[in-house]
Amino acid sequence: MSGLRILSCGPGLSIQDMGRPGYLEQGLSISGVADQLALHEAGTLLGHPKPQAVIEMAGIGGAFKAETDMTIALTGAIMKVSINGAQVAWNATYFLPRGADLKIGGVQSGVYGYLSFGAGISTKPFLGSRSIHLRGGIGQALQAGELIPLGRNNANEAGIGLDAEERFSGGVIRIIPSVQSALFPQREHKRFSETIFIRSLRGNRMGVAFDFKGDGFAAEGQLSILSEIIAVGDIQMTGDGRPFVLLPECQTTGGYPRIGTVIPADLPKLAQTAPGKEVSFQMITLPEALDLQKSFEDDIKRLSERVSPLIRDPSTMNDLLSYQLISGAISANSTAEET
Amino acid sequence: MSEPNIFPAIKPVGINGMLVQFSDKLQEPSNRAALSFCASIRQKNWPCVEEISATLASAYLRFDIQKASHEELIQDLQALLNTQNWYEAPLPQGRRHLEIPCVFGGEHGPQLEEAATVAKLSTQDAIKELTTVRTRVLAVGFAPGQPYLGELDEHWNIPRLTALTRQVPKGALIVAIKQLIIFTAPSPTGWRHIGQCAFDCFRPDQENPFAFRPGDEVSLRDISSKDLSCIKATDRTGNGGAVISPIL
Repeated sequence: MSGLRILSCGPGLSIQDMGRPGYLEQGLSISGVADQLALHEAGTLLGHPKPQAVIEMAGIGGAFKAETDMTIALTGAIMKVSINGAQVAWNATYFLPRGADLKIGGVQSGVYGYLSFGAGISTKPFLGSRSIHLRGGIGQALQAGELIPLGRNNANEAGIGLDAEERFSGGVIRIIPSVQSALFPQREHKRFSETIFIRSLRGNRMGVAFDFKGDGFAAEGQLSILSEIIAVGDIQMTGDGRPFVLLPECQTTGGYPRIGTVIPADLPKLAQTAPGKEVSFQMITLPEALDLQKSFEDDIKRLSERVSPLIRDPSTMNDLLSYQLISGAISANSTAEET
Repeated sequence: MSEPNIFPAIKPVGINGMLVQFSDKLQEPSNRAALSFCASIRQKNWPCVEEISATLASAYLRFDIQKASHEELIQDLQALLNTQNWYEAPLPQGRRHLEIPCVFGGEHGPQLEEAATVAKLSTQDAIKELTTVRTRVLAVGFAPGQPYLGELDEHWNIPRLTALTRQVPKGALIVAIKQLIIFTAPSPTGWRHIGQCAFDCFRPDQENPFAFRPGDEVSLRDISSKDLSCIKATDRTGNGGAVISPIL
């Protein structure tokens, strides 16, 4: 078995894919990547017909060594990255020959960066998914020393860049009514829609907290709400009336009232909003949300239109050094020497 | 925006979910309705339905919005609701009874006496009641495979604690608001820790990793802490000495 060796890494690395839907009744939430768009971007860059399992990196990456030839893609939150000491651009694919050093540092914008492989990750799936679910006791955060086993290296083109949608600076997040929205009085809804929220430092794959100035938001009969099913994207108001937006590793049911639900098209932006950045929530109708979902899915299908060879698109490169490296990038099935 | 709820109520969840709420309170008939209604939808095998989940008093469906519109699904659900009084429906087939050994009190249940006092019972009577009653898995949630068992009699309507217990072990039996829970994994809790089972609620290494299904019934058998050690030393199945039989 060979693959990618983790020499050192931050605490927030885990293997994720599209998650494990279908087990809510057994108390197991979907898990999977926090930013599904980044997974689709990686799939597009690597020419995968379906998104594969990837390494999700929260805030900081790590140092890795290729123990076999491999093609990688880097998507999601922009992180500082170098291959064999030479800095390269994010949102691109690279060929790593056996023995190559890959260093991924801290995020420059966003929260979750993704390291994907042309050959995919070949860990054993559980209930149809390779996603780690920390709270559910399925798998563990990745540790230094571990080897990430990869599949068979099918020829993937390296040196490809993607013009990724900017989604790391907060902004307007669109929401639809939840099962409990009606429990919040009209004036609370109005105040909620007019409030600027700041992404708090408190956040993980279960959900993220938001701070704001003013009183907490309260629902009627808040303390006697029967525990009810949770949808990813639900904005629950915890005891102090502060919003906590639930992400893929959330609990399956909960008794805190939820003022609304973030639409799937805006979840990547929500999850990637870095601490300190501002968001506001705009309530839209379900039919509007369904239209937006259709365009979101169309945009994903059209991601290939955003792809181009890195060498022809210097704007995606960080600096000259990356240009130097990329000019020598080769694909996995090429016989050319590495630079 | 607040309007009185009339039950059953059909409400969308997210962009591809639908909830049929049978009550906003936990009562046996609404839990029965949720379980039976979910079982009935399972039997119907509607092509648009991708996931069905019974919670305490609701039925949740996730569906493919390409295959059915919200309006169509609401119509179908309403038509199914109209076929019978779900609050009096028979419980679904295929349920099981689990008799699970449990140590009550002492170091394995440090808050048993306190819980009994709040429930206005002697410790002995509390154990007697909890080992006599046959509870239902009202829902599975919070953690994988973790059962909410109930309902207990009204005097067990004891509130959650204001201060969280920092951590109770895996297999801990805890009690509050007329329900019992056997914990899947070590966890903080605001419920009172009254006993300890060797039963494993979630078994990722087994073909069927989830030990409970909503609608199953559970009784507890009082054992000594020596028995518990014995079971822990020998059990390789995760059943922790439980006797499991189908409900016919």
